[in-house]
Amino acid sequence: MATVEEQKTVFDMDAANMLNKELRDVFASGKTRSYEWRISQLKSIIKMCDDHEEDIADALRQDLSKPELESIVYELTMLKNSCTLALKELKHWMMPEKAKTSLTTFPSSAEIVSEPLGVVLIISAWNYPFLLSLDPLVGAIAAGNAMVLKPSELAPASSSLMAKLLPEYLDSSSVKVVEGAVSETSALLEQKWDKIFYTGNGRVGRIVMGAAAKHLTPVVLELGGKSPVVVDSDIDMQVATRRIIVGKWGCNNGQACISPDYIITTKDCAEKLVGSLKKELETFYGKNPLESKDLSRIVNSSHFARLTKLLDDDKVSGKIVYGGERDEANLRIAPTILLGVPQNSLIMKEEIFGPLLPIFIVSKIEDSFDMINSGTKPLAAYLFTNNKKLKEQFVMSVSAGGVVINDIALHLAVHSVPFGGVGESGTGSYHGKFSFDAFTHKKAVLYRSFVGDAAVRYPPYTRRKLTLMKALITGNVLTILRALLGLS
Amino acid sequence: MEGLESDLEDMRQYFRSGKTKDAAWRQSQLKGLLLFMKENEKDIFKALKEDLGKHHAEAYRDEIGTLRKSINFALQGLKEWMSGKAAKLPKIALLTSAELVPEPLGLVLVISSWNFPFGLSLEPLIGAIAAGNTTVLKPSDLAPACASLLANVLPTYLDNKAVKVIPGGGAVGEHLLQQKWDKILFTGSARVGRIVMSAAVKHLTPVVLELGGKCPAVVDCLSSSWDKQVAVNRIIVSKFGACAGQACIAIDYILVERRFASTLVDLMKVMIKKMFGENPRETNSVARIVNRQHFLRLKNLLSDSAVRNSIVYGGSMDEKNLFIEPTILVDPPLDAAIMAEEIFGPLLPIITLDKIEDSVTFINSRPKPLAIYAFTKNEKFRRRMVSETSSGSLVFNDAVIQYAADTLPFGGIGESGVGKYHGKFSFETFSHYKAVVRRSFLTDFWFRFPPWNDYKLSLFEATYAFDYVGMLLVILGLKRYRYN
Repeated sequence: MATVEEQKTVFDMDAANMLNKELRDVFASGKTRSYEWRISQLKSIIKMCDDHEEDIADALRQDLSKPELESIVYELTMLKNSCTLALKELKHWMMPEKAKTSLTTFPSSAEIVSEPLGVVLIISAWNYPFLLSLDPLVGAIAAGNAMVLKPSELAPASSSLMAKLLPEYLDSSSVKVVEGAVSETSALLEQKWDKIFYTGNGRVGRIVMGAAAKHLTPVVLELGGKSPVVVDSDIDMQVATRRIIVGKWGCNNGQACISPDYIITTKDCAEKLVGSLKKELETFYGKNPLESKDLSRIVNSSHFARLTKLLDDDKVSGKIVYGGERDEANLRIAPTILLGVPQNSLIMKEEIFGPLLPIFIVSKIEDSFDMINSGTKPLAAYLFTNNKKLKEQFVMSVSAGGVVINDIALHLAVHSVPFGGVGESGTGSYHGKFSFDAFTHKKAVLYRSFVGDAAVRYPPYTRRKLTLMKALITGNVLTILRALLGLS
Repeated sequence: MEGLESDLEDMRQYFRSGKTKDAAWRQSQLKGLLLFMKENEKDIFKALKEDLGKHHAEAYRDEIGTLRKSINFALQGLKEWMSGKAAKLPKIALLTSAELVPEPLGLVLVISSWNFPFGLSLEPLIGAIAAGNTTVLKPSDLAPACASLLANVLPTYLDNKAVKVIPGGGAVGEHLLQQKWDKILFTGSARVGRIVMSAAVKHLTPVVLELGGKCPAVVDCLSSSWDKQVAVNRIIVSKFGACAGQACIAIDYILVERRFASTLVDLMKVMIKKMFGENPRETNSVARIVNRQHFLRLKNLLSDSAVRNSIVYGGSMDEKNLFIEPTILVDPPLDAAIMAEEIFGPLLPIITLDKIEDSVTFINSRPKPLAIYAFTKNEKFRRRMVSETSSGSLVFNDAVIQYAADTLPFGGIGESGVGKYHGKFSFETFSHYKAVVRRSFLTDFWFRFPPWNDYKLSLFEATYAFDYVGMLLVILGLKRYRYN
């Protein structure tokens, strides 16, 4: 007797193609373009966050052992903020922007009209699975698009929760969730999208851009890099240290794209800094940080192995001045500080993305700028100093996605500045209105009148016409008058 | 191409020295561009005549004049564009400031096309220089006299360590694309656009691709004879008078209501003769086709007998001189090549429709074009065109002229391109807008720091929601903060 086996639907190329077609039809119907649709979706996201706060915190605990406060503040509150801002400003964002016109095109009026790109693909990461999935989604919705979200398979509880909740709260005909790993993502990437928004690493970022190139699809790539922290002397060491700690270990235990990756400082400062870090770390996480509930764990064993390899590198043996404890069974690594690491050590070569903080020593603090600029442009660069001149030099000469003076990661929460990388750390940006813009096509519209036709544009070309035409193009009234009067 | 890698490394070194970031340097370079055009105007006209048979009036109107305007616009705006913009912060952000600081990307590559060899090379260069970058420009080898002028004379007006012109064809282009750039701006076909973007993947180089497409002109039934005249003038000059239709924003085909078609065609026949004369090739009032390959391509578009039968004006081709006279066709078959591919030549198909509103569906069933033109006074129809079609730009009652507008972004969407430039958008496209947040050591929220507890959580939530009253209530123990 045959048993009926329930077949798991495989999301393959055909499925991806059909999904893409389906969304194109929905978008063509105009449904996602209405103000009312966008507002209702944004409100639903807020409701979903409120109704399921516990479930979400729970999923994050399962995937990352993320402390409840981090889950609620950094994922949910920030997300709700994005929605609230969009709800408040959407009418304004959707309005065409008037553009000045010059005498060159007189008489005319012009505007820049924002229209949705169409059908977009959002691929998110595992470290802030809700925020990095739904924050871009907020932008795509606000801009009036239809979309597919592919959450990261490395945060499986979060991924399946989103796959369950989004269809319940949002318009499932226009907002789709596709769970899966490499093969599902590849199937999606083969299709033609009007934009792809990817958060993750540079290696996969290249795969995404390569797939996009086939369809001339524009992309936003939110990648990472080694975000340096330059620490000067003569600062309030306690305040600086606390901010560094909470920016590093207080944000998913260092597993964040804008995490302070390594510190550059002078020899004397380093000793004070290490002392202060040790003291504050113990205050925050206690004597047994491996057991602290206020620290996320390492996401999985492959990342755990990667991080322990950095610690076990010969070149850094003897450099650990604090921490270094690991608990492989529970995927935990204690906050670890390494002092005086050589530049050619593994830990100084790749993005750490974990609770290890190397300190690199330079003879004078200005040398740190060249060191940073000799590497690839990071997503963020941080400087702690009271020296005004040093601040300005840093801002002027260090190129990074964003720069923060005397704090860590704050620019993430400021929605009036764009969040994105440059060079290896990424292309494009979002947050606040920039999210709306990332998923919008700014169409130039020029209205010309039939009244007033400049015969000078048309052949046959005479000397007189040419003179007048030259003047007209400059858009300068006096030049035009002179030409008209035959004076030039 | 030997030593390309080391030349580029020198340019990067020069960029790192900070010289190109200096406002005075940028201004001097822009002025150098102005001087180049002023002192070599005759040679520029000569080169354009040689490469494309352009009349110097057309050359001035479409290339020199617009470039001068753009340079002056950049010189005027430069100081403001370079300055940082303060960003608004919520009240709770005490003793904190935020701003956006534009910075150059580094070393950029500009690959231009042959149809407007000076315009499409120097317009991007203006943006790259204004933004403070070092630039390599590769002009098209299909316009050799112009490329030679750019390669040999232009560098004498600019800082050679920062701006290099490397002429050449496909092989040179390929070699250049293998290098690491901080941005690439490419003008050309979608086929090569894909090659450029794929090559850019290796270094995660952001790109601007100015491509093309079939730009339709929708012509509504116009009643006033003045309006009809003006519309026809503008259509004709935007098709045949702009490099003989070899322009990304040239009108590719016309959509018109059947009952208006013959009026339109009759007027056009009269105006073509009037504007271009009896012998447009000799008077250079219409440019010639750039080379034999494109000539044969265009000739082939008319090889189909059904297409040939739809010709109502023109059609004569002079292979020796690479000249095709302005040609109008009415209702060639929609599946013929002339209606499937971008024409890029002086052949103008007119497609008739039952009613003009059908043009919306017609346009939307095809890839998004670089520009859509609509000649109409019907307000309702205008609104439909704006909200129901998508294109890089949309122009009412004229064509091509959006190229000269400094305040409008110039770029495509979908198959017609990625990114935009012109005016301040050129500066923006070659800049990175870095977010800079500055904090004081003096203020801090004690609840930012672990160990965590519900009290801190409540305060945190209130802070992030900028709920000052809520914060106060939590502190006073009167509220456990939660959203409603």
